Amino acid sequence: MMSKMKSFHELKSVQERLKAGRDPKKPSVTICVGTGCLAYGTQKLVDSFREELAKRDLTGKIDFRTSGCHGFCERGPMVVIGPENTFYQRVGLGDAAEIIDKTLLKGEVIDRLLYIDPATGEKIVREDDVPFYKKQTRLVFGLNFKVDPESLEDYLAIDGYSALAKAMTMQPEAIIQEVIKANLRGRGGGGFPAGWKWDETRKADGEPKYVICNADEGDPGAYMDRSLLEGNPHLVLEGMIIGAYAIGSHEGYIYVRNEYPLAVKNIHTAIRQAREAGLLGENILGSGFSFDVKINRGGGAFVCGESSALFASLEGRAGEPRAKYIHATHRGLYDKPTNLNNVETWANVPFIINRGADWYCGIGTAGSKGTKIFSLVGKINNTGLVEVPMGTSLRKIVFEIGGGIPEGRKFKAIQTGGPSGGCIPDKLLDLPVDFDELTKIGSMMGSGGMIVMDERNCMVDVARYFTNFLVSESCGKCVPCREGIRRMRDILVDICEGKGREGDVDLLEKMAKGIVDGALCALGNSAPNPVMSTIRHFRDEYEAHVREKRCPSGVCKALITYSVDAEKCTGCTLCAKVCPTKAATGERKKAHVIDPEKCTKCGACRESCKFDAIIVR
Amino acid sequence: MINLTIDNRKIEAESGRFILDVARENGIVIPTLCSHESIEPTGSCRLCVVEAKQGKRTRIVTSCLYPVAEGMVVDTKSERVKAVRSLVLQLLLARCPESGQLKEMAEEMGVGPEPRFTPDQDNVKCILCRMCVRTCEKVVGVSAIGFSYRGTEKNVCTPFKEESATCIGCGACAYICPTGHIEMTTTETGDTRTIWERTFKMKACKVCGRYFAPEDQLAYISAKTGVPAEELAVCVSCR
Amino acid sequence: MEEKIKEIIQQYNGDKSYLVPILQDVQKEFNYLPKDALCAVSTHLSVPISRVYEVVTFYKAFSLTPKGRHQMCLCMGTACHVRGAELIASNISDILGIKEGETTADLEFSFETVGCVGACALGPVLVVNGEYHGHMNIAKSTKVLKKLGKKGATDDE
Repeated sequence: MMSKMKSFHELKSVQERLKAGRDPKKPSVTICVGTGCLAYGTQKLVDSFREELAKRDLTGKIDFRTSGCHGFCERGPMVVIGPENTFYQRVGLGDAAEIIDKTLLKGEVIDRLLYIDPATGEKIVREDDVPFYKKQTRLVFGLNFKVDPESLEDYLAIDGYSALAKAMTMQPEAIIQEVIKANLRGRGGGGFPAGWKWDETRKADGEPKYVICNADEGDPGAYMDRSLLEGNPHLVLEGMIIGAYAIGSHEGYIYVRNEYPLAVKNIHTAIRQAREAGLLGENILGSGFSFDVKINRGGGAFVCGESSALFASLEGRAGEPRAKYIHATHRGLYDKPTNLNNVETWANVPFIINRGADWYCGIGTAGSKGTKIFSLVGKINNTGLVEVPMGTSLRKIVFEIGGGIPEGRKFKAIQTGGPSGGCIPDKLLDLPVDFDELTKIGSMMGSGGMIVMDERNCMVDVARYFTNFLVSESCGKCVPCREGIRRMRDILVDICEGKGREGDVDLLEKMAKGIVDGALCALGNSAPNPVMSTIRHFRDEYEAHVREKRCPSGVCKALITYSVDAEKCTGCTLCAKVCPTKAATGERKKAHVIDPEKCTKCGACRESCKFDAIIVR
Repeated sequence: MINLTIDNRKIEAESGRFILDVARENGIVIPTLCSHESIEPTGSCRLCVVEAKQGKRTRIVTSCLYPVAEGMVVDTKSERVKAVRSLVLQLLLARCPESGQLKEMAEEMGVGPEPRFTPDQDNVKCILCRMCVRTCEKVVGVSAIGFSYRGTEKNVCTPFKEESATCIGCGACAYICPTGHIEMTTTETGDTRTIWERTFKMKACKVCGRYFAPEDQLAYISAKTGVPAEELAVCVSCR
Repeated sequence: MEEKIKEIIQQYNGDKSYLVPILQDVQKEFNYLPKDALCAVSTHLSVPISRVYEVVTFYKAFSLTPKGRHQMCLCMGTACHVRGAELIASNISDILGIKEGETTADLEFSFETVGCVGACALGPVLVVNGEYHGHMNIAKSTKVLKKLGKKGATDDE
């Protein structure tokens, strides 16, 4: 436990002492223990490293660290060996002893654990040379590599909380001006300038004023906020304290999804540590300013990402939004002035304070400054979290960083902005990604989810999926959202089942307009986006379903049949083994057949076939 | 006082008041299904939307919740507004095909059912306007009924869909319900009343002998106001 | 039960605004939210039972019925969807004979789906009793159920 620091000077000397204790040339082992890597069973690897190091009497002689998410989740478990930064991926859970003996002690590189660049076939040794990392600008997320999320010392050793100390020597108004000048826009969805919000809240009448961190990352397919909160909680906390100081708030909340147990645990630990160290609570660093934070776990409702629903939930009620004609900055939580920003927005704040708005404005586009973290998922080779300057093209993100589409399939679309966003077709791949460009083409930034789809994804099915998601997440308060979205879903289901009628697409468009105009909150207003954007860019797929009763991508069960391509089938019998209804049959080494009567179109055969011999039409 | 325009009429109004109230006072009709003078607006039915222009910005707003402002230009019958209202009514007609009140309203506004929407078969007449729940909580003060679940599953009920211990049988929810969804039945003699599947004993007036209020309601009023129960045992007409 | 609930409420200083986290803790204690427990929360927190009921039924994380010994939670996030999570969901439903959100009559299995568990690289993801199983497919999900003792799962060996 760290003793309480009572001045900026004391913070500085603690940072210096911790830095002096770190030797960058000392051998080190860093293992990613983000949720993704833990799901690969990485904890066993960590335990075995500790054990093997102890056996060799190396504990303490090397820097051993578990860190938050590195982002390259596709390749976990991941181990980085310093000082050379040798990068091992897809490490076996029993590989600890070998890595210690060969790489750590003898400096030998273990070939089989290296990453092979699929483009060149070249084996890559150093972590920063991996194209996935090399082509990013890991401003905010990069710190995850350097800290153990449960160690305040680690954060202080990389000059953590120095932005707070600097901010507290500034006038609150000057801090706000700096954030306005940096044009920091909210990373949670709307892209509203954070500095303006801070300013409004500061000027609003009413006490107390609240500062809230929205960590209710509900967009399916987005997990950057989780990875930041669980990987570097002190960074988020530092941003919040700076914001609170600028706004003049003494009470804060972190509203975090209960589905993120590790993030909840790590932010709890960080808050406790910050309080003990005098960085949070009464009289922060002896400045006379006090601010404390409470954690509130959400109950599983996507709509609570909407600010007024989030307030309702924080107040102990069902998460129903209310019409927001008076901004939350004046009447938010308990009707008091409230400033709400999401995790990534808060995490950007210390950088702006430390390095200044001018430096920050050097990154990004005219209207969107800084970097953005995207979660690149779906049909993509390098699934993971990607941080790039605003304005980077989709093509670069998908093909250069993401490594393109698996199994040589064709790119069809990329969905951004979560359930409220839209699908972007290949002809728009050169689009520079920022807040305004995405909005222009009918999608949005949202929290930064990017779901890649290939030729085997049906866009009508995707629209149905999102609409169905929104039906189950609608709070049910207003008529257009509650009743309208379900009727749209019913029509989409009909279309997918071959029961679509002429005129359905026009009706969907008409309903979409009515819902956009008529719904009460942002969830309802944007709910038709997935339908509108797929109609806009993939109208032909809708028409194939409605007019020809055909699903061109082979997804919609009612419109497809499974058969075997006798030319390609080698008679390996795998499909017959996995088929749950014994519809796929055949003799070994002879082409198999599928009985359409018995086939339930579950897809197990197609999934298992190694020769691409299952035809779906 | 501020000046605004509603449907091309120049109107003077007190600042901070809602568009709906100002329009109504000036004889401009805006249809609503969830608005009532005795309860706070909630903006859930979406029928009252209007198009409001402030400065350069024109947008659809909820008139029951949107305050009037200097120079504001309101159009209560624009094409966009009509499109929203007609969608809302078509959606409600499909949800509650049995509701006479809704049919009447739709007819008045020249809106017919959308043939592509299959009408719900569950014979529910509730449109979730929230008036009953708000009345029970804010006006009566017992919170005997509330919402349960969310989205399309959302409905109004007593907790666990069982007899509520806090219900006083006052029937305010049934009186305020705009679609006749909440059922309240009384025996022929009037000695009991049943609502939300709980049967209440009625009190007979000390003077005229007519059954006039549930005993639980009188007990609740007595406890709340401090007026002895004895004094409350006389019906309004005999008081 | 009452004592335990008082204790939980005490941890939040009896603050009504913590109704959601309080209910989460109560559910953790009893595996679901029994009616008596909700009535006790209502009494000791001075929140009308109608509002407690509203909150419990609004949020997906709460259950009014006991959950099974094995809790199967399938991620239906977009990344998992485009990789075929729906087909896996129907497979699990078929084998267990229950719909999503239900528990088998013998209280052995509960099956639910969630929006996104944020492990998209491993999608489709099936969380079994808190443990993540990544790169799920139909055959693998059948195996998982079989391993947990579900009879009637198709033999694919």
